[in-house]
Amino acid sequence: MAKTIAEKILSKKGHRDARAGDIVIGDVDLLMAQDGTAPLSIQAFREMGGRKVWDPAKVALVLDHNAPSPSEGVSRLHASIREFAAEQGVHLYDVGCGICHQLMPEQGHVRPGDLAVGADSHTCTYGALNAFATGVGSTDAAAVMRTGRLWFRVPRSGKVQAEGSFPEGVYAKDLALEVVGRVGASGANYMSVEFAGDAIEGISVDGRMTICNMGVEMGAKAAMASFDAKAARYLGGGKFAPVIPDPGARYEWTEKVDANSLEPKVSRPHRVDDVVSVKEVAGTPIHQAFIGTCTNGRLEDLKIAAKILRGGKVHRGVRLIIAPASRGILKKAIEQGIFQSLLDAGAVPVTPGCGPCVGTHDGIPGDGDVVISTANRNFKGRMGNSLASIYLASPATVAASALEGAITDPREHL
Amino acid sequence: MRGRAHKLGDDVNTDYIISGKYKFKTLDMKELAKHLFEDLVPGFAESVRPGDIVVAGENFGHGSSREQAPLVMKEAGISCVVAGSFARIFYRNAINVGLPAVVCKTGSISDGDLVEVDLEQGRLKDLTTQRTLKFKPLSGIMAKILEEGGLANYIRKHGELPVEGGR
Repeated sequence: MAKTIAEKILSKKGHRDARAGDIVIGDVDLLMAQDGTAPLSIQAFREMGGRKVWDPAKVALVLDHNAPSPSEGVSRLHASIREFAAEQGVHLYDVGCGICHQLMPEQGHVRPGDLAVGADSHTCTYGALNAFATGVGSTDAAAVMRTGRLWFRVPRSGKVQAEGSFPEGVYAKDLALEVVGRVGASGANYMSVEFAGDAIEGISVDGRMTICNMGVEMGAKAAMASFDAKAARYLGGGKFAPVIPDPGARYEWTEKVDANSLEPKVSRPHRVDDVVSVKEVAGTPIHQAFIGTCTNGRLEDLKIAAKILRGGKVHRGVRLIIAPASRGILKKAIEQGIFQSLLDAGAVPVTPGCGPCVGTHDGIPGDGDVVISTANRNFKGRMGNSLASIYLASPATVAASALEGAITDPREHL
Repeated sequence: MRGRAHKLGDDVNTDYIISGKYKFKTLDMKELAKHLFEDLVPGFAESVRPGDIVVAGENFGHGSSREQAPLVMKEAGISCVVAGSFARIFYRNAINVGLPAVVCKTGSISDGDLVEVDLEQGRLKDLTTQRTLKFKPLSGIMAKILEEGGLANYIRKHGELPVEGGR
């Protein structure tokens, strides 16, 4: 019988012919945990009687959510993660290396056909490299550290078929927002979502990561794209075994997107799936703008923002915070003059990492502040103040809005 | 188990259960429990009596993978969470830490109702309205995990992951 990508990967890793609905116990290729989830994982690993992780080469711990530490409490937890990493000989990406979901693909921890598990909901990002990647909690992550395996119910699949090419000023993020708006915050709950079509093939791996990243915002267990020459180049070349869905594979639904007719989009406070065109909220005054995160902190994103900001100045009274997704991206942005343009425009750079996205540090908004951000979540209180409001948009929309001091259609600044 | 219902709406995300601004600082769940549902229902934590039950609408627990969400609910004294549907990571996490999560239509239950949940029989009785609702009891791997009080206990005892079938 014809299979989806999820069915194929979970059949292979679970050593059985599995269909949607079946339970498999899969061999895990990568286990990632970050500074918000690793401490509980380490605790659970000990409770399970764990002494040595199953395969240190397949475990990566990343200090990104709250890094560098803003408090003694966080410092203690960071120290416990470092100690565990040294004791176990696992990969450690310490403060300043970047965001877990950038580092795992960038540093070669993910390959097509892999089963990757991360103690962070946005682990679905790695599907951009044709892996089955899913977020779990700390105890499931601990079970993987202990046994190298985890149980999964093979998900049903949905498909987003995106054709055409993006008009100027419209980007992968706008497509991601469009899809989340259509499908809804729970519309893909427990499902795997495959992104296909020439609009997806036409964009970079960075852009595919933006799209897969937001899979979980519609409840998806995994999101994935096909593997092509671009993806192979991203991984530095070599021999790969891409996973291709069979013709006739079963999809519960298909969403068709015409990229040619897409417009810049925003999510309005406080729901990610409350998506409208930028023009509907244009003119809304803002106090803070943020470019970064596992959704949109990549080189391409900084480049787009710099192009819009070049020669201009961030509007008076607006803070534009920039958090590159990794140290490697920051270095390239400096080499290519991108960072200079951002600084000249008055941007406030913070450490490569999650920045103010989770409300822990680096730019907690004030009471009544309106923020426009390239992140993936705008829940009330998400950035640390429940009296602030957050709009989500593309780096271009955020940059244009920072210049104008109000939500602005980026096409006016191209 | 029996407790008063704390009624919440649809799409309650894990940031609302326990905010990121607290959860990164400490593993002390008692400390975190003071902030349970703080941005959604101010004063929630003080209103909980041991054994109380959270009753919500659709897609409960969506968003982040933070396991502190079910841990903090448990620590605050919540004995069970009942919702029309759950987001998948929260659902797994709840069972993995030994917090019973029941999928059941909750429209007829009001805030403050006294509710009795029988996990094995799959029966929820609203003692205030005398209505009884049925739900599918947990089975398979998840039932085995909950029986042992969570996944860490299960693995410590059995030395491996639970598998389907048998009991």
